[in-house]
Amino acid sequence: MRRLSLFNSVSLTLGFAFLYLPMLILIIYSFNKSKLVTVWAGFSTQWYGELMQNEAFLDAAWVTLKVAVVSSTIATVLGTMAAYALVRGGRFFGRTLFSGMVFAPLVMPEVITGLSLLLLFIGIGLDRGVLTIILAHTTFSMCFVSVVVSSRLSTFDRSLEEAALDLGATPFAAFRLVTLPIIAPAVVSGWLLAFTLSLDDLVIATFVTGPSATTLPMKIWSSVRLGVTPEINALSTILIGLVATGVITASLVSKRNLVRMQREERAAERAQ
Amino acid sequence: MRRAVLIAVPYLWLLALFLIPFFMVFKISMSDAILAIPPYGPTMKDGFRELISQLDFENFVFLTTDDLYWKAYLSSLKIAFIATVLTLMVGYPVAYAMARAPEEWRPTLMMLVILPFWTSFLIRVYAWIGILSTNGFLNQFLMGIGVISEPLTILNTNTAVYIGIIYTYVPFMILPIYAALDRLDASLIEAAEDLGCSRFKAFWLITFPLSKNGVFAGCFLVFIPALGEFVIPSLLGGSSTLMIGKVLFEEFSFNRDWPVASAVAVVLLLILIVPIVLFQMNQQRAQEAEQ
Repeated sequence: MRRLSLFNSVSLTLGFAFLYLPMLILIIYSFNKSKLVTVWAGFSTQWYGELMQNEAFLDAAWVTLKVAVVSSTIATVLGTMAAYALVRGGRFFGRTLFSGMVFAPLVMPEVITGLSLLLLFIGIGLDRGVLTIILAHTTFSMCFVSVVVSSRLSTFDRSLEEAALDLGATPFAAFRLVTLPIIAPAVVSGWLLAFTLSLDDLVIATFVTGPSATTLPMKIWSSVRLGVTPEINALSTILIGLVATGVITASLVSKRNLVRMQREERAAERAQ
Repeated sequence: MRRAVLIAVPYLWLLALFLIPFFMVFKISMSDAILAIPPYGPTMKDGFRELISQLDFENFVFLTTDDLYWKAYLSSLKIAFIATVLTLMVGYPVAYAMARAPEEWRPTLMMLVILPFWTSFLIRVYAWIGILSTNGFLNQFLMGIGVISEPLTILNTNTAVYIGIIYTYVPFMILPIYAALDRLDASLIEAAEDLGCSRFKAFWLITFPLSKNGVFAGCFLVFIPALGEFVIPSLLGGSSTLMIGKVLFEEFSFNRDWPVASAVAVVLLLILIVPIVLFQMNQQRAQEAEQ
């Protein structure tokens, strides 16, 4: 492989510096002793300590976590069902409308999704709080799950499933023993995507929540509006660290699975 | 039977929590604001016939008479357009270099592009406040190396909004362009160069046209969300930055005028239909070209 030209090396370096420097600065300055966020005054972890004592942030983090776990789990089930209906459902009444409803939320501006759901919840008189945030998050993230799962489903060899059925498996057993293991990576990444979307969401949650529930992004939002604070830097560092660990682990696991799958396929070919 | 359940459950969920709310926005955009709970009328309680007869387009007329709204739409379109062009200028060279990088680097480079997308959007926007503020890192750096003697005012201007949009959406630009360039047959360029094309000319005549689908896809993926953006103009923009997402949010939360907020949303959707349809057509063309 030839080496990168000067122009390409410069593009890559500048491009990735642009993507990562802001976060790097944030992380470095979260260990700053000074309350003044742009002046370095020595290393300290005091802001992490203060964060851990901040009840409001801890409560908000707990609410966010609950919402994210519940909504992403329901969204994964519903999204996988929707993907199945779209890829395997054949013709059914209102299919076009259904696929439209699955794809539209992906491009809908958050302000509109938030507003429309709020109008619904007010219209039916549902108390706004954790439940309404969960309903809202489930709805938009199930569409993302469905896109991820259906792309996997449409490339997957259907005869495997048919073979299982021919050999006497019930449809459910065929799904559990054949289909699910094959689409599992897509289902897992769908869940992860739904989970991060839920953790991340500010706009929709702000619309549909009531006074009883504040999520972490809402809490961050209200303090960020007043400017940069070292506590928020510390909190951001923790969140960035968690996400980076998660994504890198997931990619290592999927790489290992890929290698194993390729090895098994080669072994199967040799056996033939 | 099993199949029916499989289809019906997500179908009904989306009907109830996507389509019906969507129609409620339409309906309320044609209602009047009143002092009650809910703060608009008429409602279903007034009877269906009454409800239909009282709906009108007053709020839409109001949007055209008040400067604030059409200026906000125009300025959102302008900001989203300029930001998309800038993002393309930043994203294309990176995607190009990635496609030219040694094969064994590429998965890592891909992951490095995707990774920021998984980290909180809010935090990524927030990171720029400390960089762009008057005594922020950028000004400290520029004054330190002696380029400027007085700090620049960047935060709370449209420039900061552009930087924010480029920063948060550039992965959406890089990935489709990279995908298009990665598939490109390198022998085409070698042939052009053998036949006497300069490097630049070969790029302009061969590489760029062949990456067109990726460029379009990337541009739409940046333009569509940027148009309705709320967080970036609120955090990085100034009081003079007008964007429709921000106006809608303020209309709804400070003025509590829900019918007008709904009308703003309906018009925003109508504007968005154009780029969304173009995007769909581009994706279809790209898919057909592949086959």
